[in-house]
Order: sequence, then C-alpha cells, then structure tokens
Amino acid sequence: MSEDIAIKVRGLTTAYGTHVVHDKLDLDVKRGEILGVIGPSGTGKSVLLRAIVGLKRPETGTVEVFDRNVTDLEGDDLREVQNLWGIMFQDGALFSNLTVRENVMVPMREHTDLPEPLMKQLADQKLRMSGLDDSAGPKFPSDLSGGMRKRAALARALALDPPILFLDEPTAGLDPITAAGFDTLVRELQSALSLTVFLVTHDVDTLVATCDRIAVLGRKKVIATGPIEELRRNDDPWIQDYFCGPRGRAAQAGES
Amino acid sequence: MPDRPEYELSTDASRGRLSVSGDWTVHTIGKISEQLAAEDTSGFEGLEVDCAQLGRLDTAGAFIIDRFACRSGGGTVKPVNASEQATALLKQAAELRPERDDEQNKKEFGVVDLLERTGRATMHFIDETVETLSFLGETIMAMAHIVTRPSKMRWTALVSVMEDSGLDAVPIVAFLSFFVGMVVAFIGATTLSEFGATIFTVELVGIAILREFGVILTAIILAGRTNSAFTAQIGAMRMRQEVDAMTTLGLNPMDVLVVPRAFAMLIMTPVLTLIAILFGVGGGAFVSWLALDINPTVFMNRLQSYVPIENFWVGMSKAPVFGLVVALIGCRQGLMVGGSVQSLGQSTTKSVVQALFSIIVIDALFAVFYLELGI
Ligand SMILES: Nc1ncnc2c1ncn2[C@@H]1O[C@H](COP(=O)(O)OP(=O)(O)O)[C@@H](O)[C@H]1O
Ligand SMILES: [Mg+2]
Repeated sequence: MSEDIAIKVRGLTTAYGTHVVHDKLDLDVKRGEILGVIGPSGTGKSVLLRAIVGLKRPETGTVEVFDRNVTDLEGDDLREVQNLWGIMFQDGALFSNLTVRENVMVPMREHTDLPEPLMKQLADQKLRMSGLDDSAGPKFPSDLSGGMRKRAALARALALDPPILFLDEPTAGLDPITAAGFDTLVRELQSALSLTVFLVTHDVDTLVATCDRIAVLGRKKVIATGPIEELRRNDDPWIQDYFCGPRGRAAQAGES
Repeated sequence: MPDRPEYELSTDASRGRLSVSGDWTVHTIGKISEQLAAEDTSGFEGLEVDCAQLGRLDTAGAFIIDRFACRSGGGTVKPVNASEQATALLKQAAELRPERDDEQNKKEFGVVDLLERTGRATMHFIDETVETLSFLGETIMAMAHIVTRPSKMRWTALVSVMEDSGLDAVPIVAFLSFFVGMVVAFIGATTLSEFGATIFTVELVGIAILREFGVILTAIILAGRTNSAFTAQIGAMRMRQEVDAMTTLGLNPMDVLVVPRAFAMLIMTPVLTLIAILFGVGGGAFVSWLALDINPTVFMNRLQSYVPIENFWVGMSKAPVFGLVVALIGCRQGLMVGGSVQSLGQSTTKSVVQALFSIIVIDALFAVFYLELGI
C-alpha cells in the first residue's frame, strides 16, 4: 500500500547539539491529502518540516518522498527532488531585493528553460491564482501587507507546480477573515492541482476548514494522527485542552 | 523521463483544432511555447483542444494553451477527450486571464526620452539639495534646543559615537596624512631643486597641509568611514521599524539619533584635523630631512617664521563644517531607507557620494570666500 503514501518518515531523530528535538519519529502523509501538523510551540514542527525537505540533517532515520529516499541527498539529486515540493516559510522569506514577480520567477529561472516573457506571464498567473492583483507584481515585498506577502510566498511555492506543498503557519498573524480566505484558497488549489499538503498550524479554524487528517506532535514524537473527530475523542490532556478548550469549542460550533 | 510535448494544428471550417500530445509541464514547454506563439491564427473563431494523447498537464501548460486560444478568436477553449483534471486546469487558466496582454512593454530610448531623463535627474538634484538644506535647518534647531537644555542630551550616545567615529579613526587619519605630507615634500623637493630653491619645500608643505590637505583628508576619510556607518546604522533601524517604534514611544528620532551624531562630529572633526595636520607636517619634515638634509629644527623654525598662522586657522575653520556635513548626509540618507535591503545599499552609496561631492564643493566655496577676505 505504499502506492498512495507521498511522504514517509521513519525513525527520524533530530537534534541541535545535545537538545533532541525528535526521537524516532514516524509519520505518513498520504497522496492528495491535506495533513495538519499541530503541537505546542517549540515541539519541533518547523524542524520536522526542515528535516523532510533536507534543510536539517537528521541524526538517524529516513525520509521517503514518492518511494524515493531523499535523506542526505546532495548536488544534482537534491535539485531534482526539490522539484517535488514548494515551501512557504513561517515568515514568508520572500527575497526583499526582488519584486514580488521576480520572487515567483526565481524557481523558474533555476529549474526550467522557459523564455523570459513567458516566465513573467506565468509568474503573474501564479500571483492571480494566489489571489493577488496584477498590480502587486512590480512591488517589493516590503510594500505589501502581511496577508499579501503570504499570498506572494504561496505563489512562489507554487511556481513549478510541485506535487507537494509545505506550509508553515500560513495563517499566523492574519486577521480571521483574511485567514479564512487563505484557508479556502489552499483548499481550492489543493483540489485543482491535486496537491499533497503538509500544513503546520496553530489555528483550530484552519484545521477544521482545510485538513483531511491531523498529526499531533508532542514528547518528541507524533502522539496521535487521524481526522479531527477522532482526535476530539483522544484522551491525551494536551489534545483535550486543544480541541475542547474555549477556542477549540468555538471552532467546533462554527463547523456544525 | 517526461515525454516531449507536441501538437498538431488543423482547421475544421472556421474552428481551429489543436491536438496535443506528450507532457505539457513547466519543465518541458520551454521550446514549444515559442513555436506555438509563432503559429498563424488568422481566420480562427474558436479553438478545440484534443487531449486524447495528452500526458501530464500542469498550470503552466494550461496557461500557454489558453493563451493560444485567446489569440485564436473568441477565446473559448473547448477541451475534447480531456481528463477531468485537464479540463479543470484549462478552465482555471481561462478564469485567471490577465486583464490585458502586456507582452511588449519595451523601454524607449529615443531623444525625447533622453531629454526626459535629463530633466528628471536635474529636478531630482535640485530637490535633494533643498531637502538636505531643510534637514540642516531641522538639525540645527534640534541642536540649539538641546544646548539650551543640556539635561536632554544623550551623553552615552554622544560619547560612544565620539569613540567610534573619532578616536577609532585616529590611526588611519594619522597614517594617511603622514604619507600625503611625504608625497608633497617629495614633489616639492624634485621640482624646486631645479631652481636651487629646495628650502621652499618647507613653505610648500606648511601651506598645503595646514590650509587644505589636513582638513580635506580628514573629511574624505570620515565621508568613507563614518558617513556610511551612520547611514547603515540608522537605515537598519528603519528597516526593522525601530525608528517608528521610537516615535510612538515619544522619543524624537532627531534627538536620539541625529543630534548626538552631529555633536560628536562637530567635536571630533577638528581634533582629527589637528592630528592630520601634525602628522602631515611630520611626514613633510621627515622627507625634507632624509632627501634634502633640512634638519627638523631648521624645518620648524622656518615653518614658524615664514608660514603665516592664518593658514592653520583657515584649515581648522573648515573642520566643524565638514564634520557637520558628514553627519547630516549620513543621518538623512539613513532615515530615508525604506523596507528593503536594496534601499539600504542604495542609500549608503548615495550618502558617500553626496558627502564627497559636498565636501569638495564647500571647500571650493571656502577658497573663494577667504580669497575675497584676503587671508
Ligand atoms: N537553529 C536552531 N538551533 C538550536 N535549536 C533550534 C534551532 N531551531 C530550532 N531549535 C529548537 O528546536 C525546537 C523546535 O523548534 P521549532 O520546530 O521551531 O518549533 P515549532 O514547533 O514552534 O515550530 C525548539 O526547542 C528550538 O529551540
Ligand atoms: Mg515554527
């Protein structure tokens, strides 16, 4: 049944110095699903993302993407697998010396041989797809609002139509209405492009609105995975607090 | 390995029919997009896209097919034999069409355009000058304000800037002046020896260093060293919105950032100039001693009796002005930095260029001024 598993993490241990962040962690992301990853701040959600995409070298363990081992790749092999995913970093990480459109063109320049004018048009298309106006293209990231920057970062992540999308707290710091718009956008793009999405978030509303399955990180491992209804019945105290605390209940009320 | 994308174009009455095959993805469409753009589409009133042989399709592929359809009149794409996903992608591409096709936004390089750019540059230069002068006024007001109320002065900042841009610049200023003094003496020695008047090297070194080189060298070193540091420090604070935070907390960036720097430069530039003059004359005396056998004591005696002391005061009088210019331009460009790394770099470059330019121009004005005064 490995056929429909997009990302398979096995026995992953990561550490910074003596500080172990993950200890023999296992995780599966199925093809075509949106997996929400939650957990208290500092449990290593961002580090897990970095370990999967090869930005953080694990101490032990393997990461397989579409049945291909991507741990410890270098050079051309790494470049090749980088085509498989787009990443939207926690704070956008747009290049501040490039315009928004040029930001989206960076991956195209690096990985394809498209002619320049077509690249520009495609970049504009991606920006429209992420819900930005054509007028945003020539602006610099510093001239955009937080929400627009996140959309621009999403457009850059989608530049090469990767089958997998990593989002690190895409709605953090956005107002609820913009955040809801972003949730819808992710959901729509996911179904239009049949993406597999790895979504790190703290936002219960985002989880309810977008995720097919949720993985809870804690105590250096994945302590539970499953659809949201299943997790509500889990008796881990943190999960109970998370879903049945005041904010979790509000989200549940909004859902029904 | 992806299949190369290919297509066949046929007409069927007035309707075009595009049969596509292979993989149409962002990695493969590079060549074919140009080919497709070169196709003649006159006489088409709509396009049918046959996707029976189509391999993989992504948004980039859908985009160029849709763009082709736009050109083929009507702008409607009718996919035939297409998978659900391909249909959805083509539909999405059609929904996201740009409002207008700006394929040709070339830059103009005509004569009119040259004139326009020249005009803009001139206006920009005038604006810059006016704004710098108004910033000068603003700073002087703020400084006067502080002088009347010394308790509001940021003493720590003042002393720290004095150390960073004054004390730490002493070695480089001394070193360079010494060498320039040596060079002036050498040139004087070789030129004057033709007339057998090598003793005038003393006057040459004395007047050149006291009146011009001491202060100009100091100012240029400060423009390169301190001015750019001011711009970078304040600019980095602007980039991280620290200056805005300061303002909201009731601190005036003028008082906190600009005034201490201006005062520090006002105090330190004359000190540095004095050091430059001492070392410059020292360099001259050193060469005179080695190359011309003019004993340092003789050198000093001649300097005292034949080089009027006014030269020294002329040189020193320019020092605070140059110091203020460096501080002002550095701070102003720093405060003008926007949010991007790019603008920080631009501002730093601009501030050094403007400072050097102003120093030379002001020095020329001083020369005319003192000439008229007969000093
Ligand atoms: N570059 C780093 N150096 C040292 N420790 C780090 C580094 N990055 C993250 N960590 C540690 O790893 C842990 C997990 O961090 P992170 O993945 O950012 O948490 P979150 O789940 O909030 O995204 C934290 O305890 C953090 O201190
Ligand atoms: Mg994080």
